[in-house]
Amino acid sequence: MTISAERPTDVVATPPSTSGAVRRGGWFSQHLGTALIAAILGYLFGHWLGNHIAGNYTPVVNSGVNDLANFFGLLFGVVGWLLGIGALNYPLAKIAGRSGTEKTPDVEGFSKYFRYSTDHKTVGLQYVIGVCLFLFTGGLLAMAIRTELLNPTTHIFAPSTYIEIVSEHGTIMMMMATSIVVGPLGNYLIPLMIGSRRMAFPRIEAFSFWIFTAGYMVIFSALPYGGFPTGWTGYAPLQNQAGPGMISYLFGFAVIGLGMMAAGFNIAVTIINYRAPGMTWGRVPIFVWSILATAALLTLATPVLFSAGLFGILDRVDQTAFYVAEHGGSSYLWENLFWFFGHPEVYIMALPAFGIVAEILPVFCRKPLFAQKVGAAGMIGVALLSFFVWQHHIFQSGINPDMRPLFMLTTELISIPTGFIFLVGMGTLYKAKIRYELPMLFSLALFFNFLIGGLTGVFLSDVPVNVTVHGGFFVLSHFHYTIMGGLLFAFMAGLYYWLPKMTGLMLNKKIGLWQFWLMFVFFNLTFFPMFIIGLLGQPRRVYTYAKNLQGLNDFSSISAFILGISFLIFAWNLAYSWFIKPEKAPANPWDSLGLEWQTATPVPVHNFDRIPVIMTDPYHYGEPGATALADLSGVSSSTGNPA
Amino acid sequence: MKNGEVNHLRRMGSAWAVIAVVADLVYWFAVGPHVPPGRLTEAAKNNQMDFNILMLVALPVLLGVWVYLAYSLRVWSAKRGGPEPVGGPAAASNRRTQVLWISITSVAVLAAAAFGTVALIVDHGSGGGEGPNPVWMPTGAAKAETAALAGKATWAPGTNAVLPVQVIAQQWKFTYRYPTFGGFESPDLILPANTSVAFNVTSLDVIHSFWAYQLSIKADANQGVNNVAFTETKGPGQFVVRCSELCGIWHGSMYNYGKVVSQGAFMQWAQQTEMANAANTKLLPPFAYTYAPDANGAAGGLYPDGTVTPYNSSLTYGAKQPAS
Amino acid sequence: MTMRGRVASVLGLFVVAVALVVWAVSTLLTPGTPGGVTDFTKTQAMGQSVDITVQTDGAIGYGPHPSWVSYLVKNPTTGQWVHDTTWQLPANTTIHMTVLQYDSGSPLRNQEWGQVQGVSNAQLNGKSYSLFNSYTGSGVGHTFTVPELGISVPLVGTSGNICASGPCHLGSPHNTITFTFKTPKQAGEYHWQCFVPCGLSSLYGNGYGMSTQNYMGGFLDVVA
Repeated sequence: MTISAERPTDVVATPPSTSGAVRRGGWFSQHLGTALIAAILGYLFGHWLGNHIAGNYTPVVNSGVNDLANFFGLLFGVVGWLLGIGALNYPLAKIAGRSGTEKTPDVEGFSKYFRYSTDHKTVGLQYVIGVCLFLFTGGLLAMAIRTELLNPTTHIFAPSTYIEIVSEHGTIMMMMATSIVVGPLGNYLIPLMIGSRRMAFPRIEAFSFWIFTAGYMVIFSALPYGGFPTGWTGYAPLQNQAGPGMISYLFGFAVIGLGMMAAGFNIAVTIINYRAPGMTWGRVPIFVWSILATAALLTLATPVLFSAGLFGILDRVDQTAFYVAEHGGSSYLWENLFWFFGHPEVYIMALPAFGIVAEILPVFCRKPLFAQKVGAAGMIGVALLSFFVWQHHIFQSGINPDMRPLFMLTTELISIPTGFIFLVGMGTLYKAKIRYELPMLFSLALFFNFLIGGLTGVFLSDVPVNVTVHGGFFVLSHFHYTIMGGLLFAFMAGLYYWLPKMTGLMLNKKIGLWQFWLMFVFFNLTFFPMFIIGLLGQPRRVYTYAKNLQGLNDFSSISAFILGISFLIFAWNLAYSWFIKPEKAPANPWDSLGLEWQTATPVPVHNFDRIPVIMTDPYHYGEPGATALADLSGVSSSTGNPA
Repeated sequence: MKNGEVNHLRRMGSAWAVIAVVADLVYWFAVGPHVPPGRLTEAAKNNQMDFNILMLVALPVLLGVWVYLAYSLRVWSAKRGGPEPVGGPAAASNRRTQVLWISITSVAVLAAAAFGTVALIVDHGSGGGEGPNPVWMPTGAAKAETAALAGKATWAPGTNAVLPVQVIAQQWKFTYRYPTFGGFESPDLILPANTSVAFNVTSLDVIHSFWAYQLSIKADANQGVNNVAFTETKGPGQFVVRCSELCGIWHGSMYNYGKVVSQGAFMQWAQQTEMANAANTKLLPPFAYTYAPDANGAAGGLYPDGTVTPYNSSLTYGAKQPAS
Repeated sequence: MTMRGRVASVLGLFVVAVALVVWAVSTLLTPGTPGGVTDFTKTQAMGQSVDITVQTDGAIGYGPHPSWVSYLVKNPTTGQWVHDTTWQLPANTTIHMTVLQYDSGSPLRNQEWGQVQGVSNAQLNGKSYSLFNSYTGSGVGHTFTVPELGISVPLVGTSGNICASGPCHLGSPHNTITFTFKTPKQAGEYHWQCFVPCGLSSLYGNGYGMSTQNYMGGFLDVVA
């Protein structure tokens, strides 16, 4: 047999455990509880230290607020969290000159989900719960926003509280959305889809999850500090003026950024180096392509945000003036740095969604994926172009006016590779035999929603039209259509599709259908009126609006509440299908040809007993005599030689 | 190509053609003329036109995908039986379709970019903030802007002169200065009809955005920056100004109403206000395009130095000046 | 642990986490106006004018932020100074307002706010005034401005042995400013604020008390 790909050199993993003895951690070993205690101790220490250092500093004495104490509190809190969960055990041991701890086996049994696990499958499931918690918090705040907007003049919340809610909602959702697919599905599925036994850097992978949870707590800490008034964009110099909650935002993004960089780097290295023999680039599944493009963006764009956030912290705690104009800084600096990260981030959210639906469509169409290479090229093209469009967020800010046609052009160019995903989707549907299972329904909804989101993006990129639609509800609706209508629907498709593999239990279809139809209909009824509200002149992030817009706003709010209920139905489905009436999933419930479905369920500790040899791409549907995807008895892991 | 395929595409195509033409016609005649921001200024009129033209292109694209989805989801549903799909290389890619798709989207996208660029340049920045050194100015604007700084700008009904107006954003209100009328400052924004106006937008503190909705003007207000936006007013009318960049607690309340009135009425209002405000105008700093605010607030502040030395030579709004 | 037990634990913990989040979010986000509303509609007969007395203090002296600058209002029934900046007023009614200004002042960032606008019979310590040059004397301490109603009154700063923490009493140096305005016919919540950047220690002086409701801004809650 000839194998067209170079064999990865590091496929030799520890052979599957044969002893049968399950290692369990005790109550006094490191777990979530010790992490919490260490985080609290760290916070208290940092707060004391900050007060000790800066407590007598003039601006601090006058203000009754010590930003340095808050910052150190959060910083040492995060360090304590990492120490408590055990993330630093290995690096510290290395520094101390002891390297024998590397092969410490993971704790097995249920408590592994509350520990620092280096098994990508455990991390994937940890991420599922993590992002759901994020999503729930952000969604709750969205409900509060829509409640306030029920009436233009009578206010449920004070204006400062309202801005706090809006800012916290935006930031939590954006942080969550960066990891919503890469975290749970990326970590769980990538090794299974490329035929690897592990991720390239299992400790970095575990680190990315636990720093992500630390980020959640840091951004949540803004609420007890009184929130921050800047929205998720955090524009300076308002961020310099804001109260102590701003530190939580700046440091929170830095912490989340660390997790994004770690996850992106790990995943990119894994995809490039850990493909099974025969997994040539032409045979790599489209979902893996999308995650690779996303990982590149995570690795390259996030450092900019990380640094920008640190500048902001320095401005606040040390009175440097990166962002304060009359002291030598610039308010444009933050805008540019933020969007230089922020626009690639938009595609960090869009690309995995494309990957999921492109992966799912052929399975339910029983046809090969149409134009796979164009689709993969489109993803890479989007990733590259996304670094050249950031100034379209600040068209009206007074940047060099002659640069605007250029950014208008690059922005509109990006719709060419984005359009490839529609080519892929529509081509795959052509003369198919479509099965309307839940993953398929959610995938089809993406095409409906993202089309509206994408087309309105063209209006936004047109500078003359941008004058009216920038900074209003039109753009708000546009990005909810792409992120929520795209990413969140794709995430749901992915969960309904892959959770049976990950948990071994099917999700209930009837409850799922209720969720789908409520979510799809009321998502559109919530956000479509917002295009009109925006065109009629309602700016974003306002607690009061023109009286004639109350009808549309109320319609949108009531739809939003029902949209919220659809997510409760999802939570109910998880409870019902996992606990009340568990139904064991068949080995391959959707008759997929994907490699991830060829291993046993539940997935063995080392994924594949033998490293598979890949023979072709996984989309040979409708081809009775097609070559099998992989030879699962392929490479003997003990000899390391091709069969 | 087999007969069946031709049939499907032709059916979809003809359904789409009919629906798209009807949708475009309905949009153009029934909806288009009412699309915001209306026709109160030249910029508003042009931007409404741009919006409508983009919509004429976007609607058929939207409907094309919808028709395709509706058709395929119905006709090729597994519930209806039908033949097993045929896999293989022919189903996995089709060179002609791919090339066609890429060509059509590329042409559409490049055309949109070219169209937007032309509209932007021809309409002097389309009412968007062009920064301190605008490149696409209406005739006479540069002269008026320079004269305003020297306190020599004039405007009178029927002269076709450009009217410079300064927009000063502060937390949480816009105020307006009229350099052609002695530099008086007012919380009201009144404009003459059929006149080219140059809005000079600046901020005394954080970033705001001056959005005169019906005028189709949007320009961010940055401290220390003069962000200029142009338009030409049409007939009389009312408009609303809102802040469209989050600027803190009262961002939602940062709005006011403005009026476009006849040139004569404007002249009368301006001269009256100039006289009424004369005592206060004397206390204001001379007209300038940016002002360095006192970063220290009422007394003492974030930055330890009590007296700010501005980096730029622009005038200081509210710095510690000697008591007279 | 059995599968069922595991799932129960996951769900139990998830429910606990969700409940914690809901509890934390709902306790931290205070619905309604912090500090409540002072009602001026009950104490007056229909059609009669309303008297409001407020004081401005350089430091409120109590509450969660004792060092912040704040307005206090005299409760019309009890005569007590209360920390409310939302005042419920009858529509289309004459309001006589008295401000006891106990805070020091400074030059205005924008002298525009040195003008008396939209009110009648404005008096500073018994002398009528329509403009205050903020570069003279102690400058302007605060303003009372209702942008939607076109009302703005400079509250001239005082000097000497400034009252250190509120509520201040007439023994401390102060300026008495009185003026009259009429509430609009249309009901609604009209925002008012101070335009002097008096949020000390924050950039441009507009943080802290200036950016928090119930200190240097609030609503005129006009009811029909």
